[in-house]
Amino acid sequence: MNFVWKRLLATLPSLAGVVVLTFLLSHALPGDPAAYFAGPAADANSIAEIREKLGLDRPLVEQFFYYVADLLRGNLGKSLTTGQPVLTDLVDRLPASLELSAYALVFAIGCAIPMGVLAAIRLDRPADHACRVIVTVCAAFPTFFIGLLLVYVFYFLLGWAPEPLGRLNEILYTAPPRVTGAYTIDALIAGDGEVFRAALAQLVLPAISLGLFALAPLARITRAAMLESLSSDFVRTAHASGLPTSKVLFTYAFRNSLLPISSVLGMVFSFLLGSNVLIEQVFGWQGVGAYAVSAVLASDYAAVQGFVLMMALLYILLNLLVDVLATLIDPRVRFEG
Amino acid sequence: MSDHLTISDLNLEFRTRHGTVRALEDVSLTVRRGEIVGVVGESGSGKSVMAYSVMGLSDAAADIKRGSIVLGGMDLLTTRGEAMRAIRGREMAMIFQSPRTALNPIRKVGRQIEDVLLEHAAIPRRDLKKAAIAALERVRIPDPERRYNAYPFELSGGMCQRIMIAIALACSPSLLIADEPTTGLDVTTQAVIMDLIRDKSRDSRMSTLLITHDLGLAGEYCDRIAVMHAGHVVEIAPTDVLLAHPAHPYTRQLLAATPTPDSTIDTLSSIGGQLPDLRRELPPCRFSERCVRKMPQCDLPPLPWTELSSDHLVRCRVPL
Repeated sequence: MNFVWKRLLATLPSLAGVVVLTFLLSHALPGDPAAYFAGPAADANSIAEIREKLGLDRPLVEQFFYYVADLLRGNLGKSLTTGQPVLTDLVDRLPASLELSAYALVFAIGCAIPMGVLAAIRLDRPADHACRVIVTVCAAFPTFFIGLLLVYVFYFLLGWAPEPLGRLNEILYTAPPRVTGAYTIDALIAGDGEVFRAALAQLVLPAISLGLFALAPLARITRAAMLESLSSDFVRTAHASGLPTSKVLFTYAFRNSLLPISSVLGMVFSFLLGSNVLIEQVFGWQGVGAYAVSAVLASDYAAVQGFVLMMALLYILLNLLVDVLATLIDPRVRFEG
Repeated sequence: MSDHLTISDLNLEFRTRHGTVRALEDVSLTVRRGEIVGVVGESGSGKSVMAYSVMGLSDAAADIKRGSIVLGGMDLLTTRGEAMRAIRGREMAMIFQSPRTALNPIRKVGRQIEDVLLEHAAIPRRDLKKAAIAALERVRIPDPERRYNAYPFELSGGMCQRIMIAIALACSPSLLIADEPTTGLDVTTQAVIMDLIRDKSRDSRMSTLLITHDLGLAGEYCDRIAVMHAGHVVEIAPTDVLLAHPAHPYTRQLLAATPTPDSTIDTLSSIGGQLPDLRRELPPCRFSERCVRKMPQCDLPPLPWTELSSDHLVRCRVPL
C-alpha cells in the first residue's frame, strides 16, 4: 500500500505538466476564442467586451490561476457544439470508449498471448512462421481500413453483423438504466439478456478491428519474453529437476515473461484509447474519440482541452496500474520501488 | 565399490552452420557408488557437454553418434521423454555455476524445493512445507523456516548455491553432477559448499561427478580425477597418483600451472598453444600440436589407452 501512495505522489509532477500544457495549448492554437463566442456578426467593441468578460485581457499567469481554480472545482468550461458543460459530456461518453477499448484489449490478449507462447515453443517451425505472418499483417494495415473491411465483409456481404451504427440499435432496444455507462455491464445488472446480446453484437466488429491493432506488439513481446525465459538458467534447472513440461512452461517460463508483457500491455491500452478516435468514426460509436474529432473540427477549444486533460489522466492512472501489477508479478520490483 | 555411472565410447557432435564440431570423441568414464570423481580441463574441453549428455539435457544441435551412458543398470541414451524426466531430479540431479541465475527469481526458494518434492517424492501435500524446510536444514541453512519464504535475490551467492544443493538433494539422488559449483564464490564460501557436497555424498553413498577447471579444488575433494582435453579424456587416475605421477604431458602441464602457496606469478607456468579447432580433421592425439614431446608415431592412428596400473589409464603413446 505504501508503494501505491509513493507512486501516486510521483504522478503529481506529470499532472502539473499536463495542466500547464493544456492551458498553453488553448492559447497557442490559432483563432480568437472571444471572436468565436461573439459570433460572425459582432463588431470590435462587443468582441473586446466578451474578451474582458472571459478574462482573456488579463496577464497569462493570472489566467492560468483562474484556469487551475476552475479545474479544481471540476469546471472544464462549456462546449460550443453541445452547449453542455464539457465535464458532463466527457463523463457521458467515456464509458462507451472504455467499454470498446476493454473488449478490444481482451480480444487482443486472448489471441496474442497464446500465439506468442506457441511461437516461442515452436521456434522456427511452421507455427512460428504462421504467427509472424499474422502479426505482420495486423501491424501493416491501418485500424480504420480493417474496420471498413470487416464492415464490408460481415455486414454488407454476409449479413452476420448488425448495422455499424453506434452502440445499440435504438429502434429495437432501449438502453439499459445507467449504472456504469457500459451497456453490456448495465444490461447484465438489469438482468436484460436480450439487450446484453444486442450490445455485444454491436461491439464485436469495432472491438476486433481495434484489437487486431494491439495484437501485433503483444504477440511480439510475448514471443520475445518467452524465448528469453526458456533459454534462462532457471528453466534449465527446472528441466534438470525433472519437472513436468507444463510446469516448466507456465510456472517457470511464462510467469517470468509476465513483467515485460504487462508493461507493453499498459502501453498498448493507451494506444487503443488513442485509436478509438478513428474506430468510433467508422462505427458511429458515441464515445469520447468521436466527440474530440467533432470538437477539433468546430474549434471547440474547451472540449478539446477537456479531452486532452482526461486522456492524460487516464494514461497516468494506467501507468500506475501497470506499476502495481508489476509488484504483484515480481517481488524484486517491490524492493526497488 | 561397484560402477554406478558408466560412460563408454561416447561420441558427440554439434551440427553448426560452420561445420560439424566433434565435441566428444571416445569418452569413457566410470563413477563408482559413493565416489567423487573430478573432471578437469580448460574451457571448451567438453566437460559440461559430457555432463549435459548424462542428464539428457543436450542442446538440440547435439548428435550422439556412438557410445552408451549407463546409470545403475539403466541405459540413459535409449531412455526418452517421460521416463527420462522421472529419472532426472530423482535418480540424478545437477547443480550449476552462477546459482543466483539458476534459481527462479520470482518464486520463493521453499516453493522451488516443493516443486521437486511434489514431482518425485510420495509426500502428501500438507507435509510438503515441512519436507522443504527439512531439506533446507540438511544443507545447513540457518533459520530454515524464515529462508523458506525468501526469494533468490534476497540471498547471497553461497546461500543460493546451498538452496540449489537442497533442490538437487531433495529426493536423495544416487548421482549428483556438480558443474563448476563454486565458480564465482569467494574462497571461504567455496570451501563451505565443497565440504557440504563431500559430506552429503559420504553420508548417503551418493556418486558425484565434479566438473571444474580448478585442479587444486579437484585434488582436495575427489577420489579420482579424469583430465579432459579437446573432447578426449586424456588421463584418469586416483587423485594422489595423478597429482604425484602424472603420466600425460597435458596433466603435467596443468599441474605446473596450478598455483601453490609457494608459487609466484613468475614461477607459475602456462600451457602453450590453444585448444585445436574441433571442426577440422584432427590428428589421433588432439594434444599433439601443443605437446613438447611429440614424436612421429603420435600421428599414427589409433590412439591407444595405456594402462599404467589397474586404476591409472592414460591416452598417450609415450606416457611420462
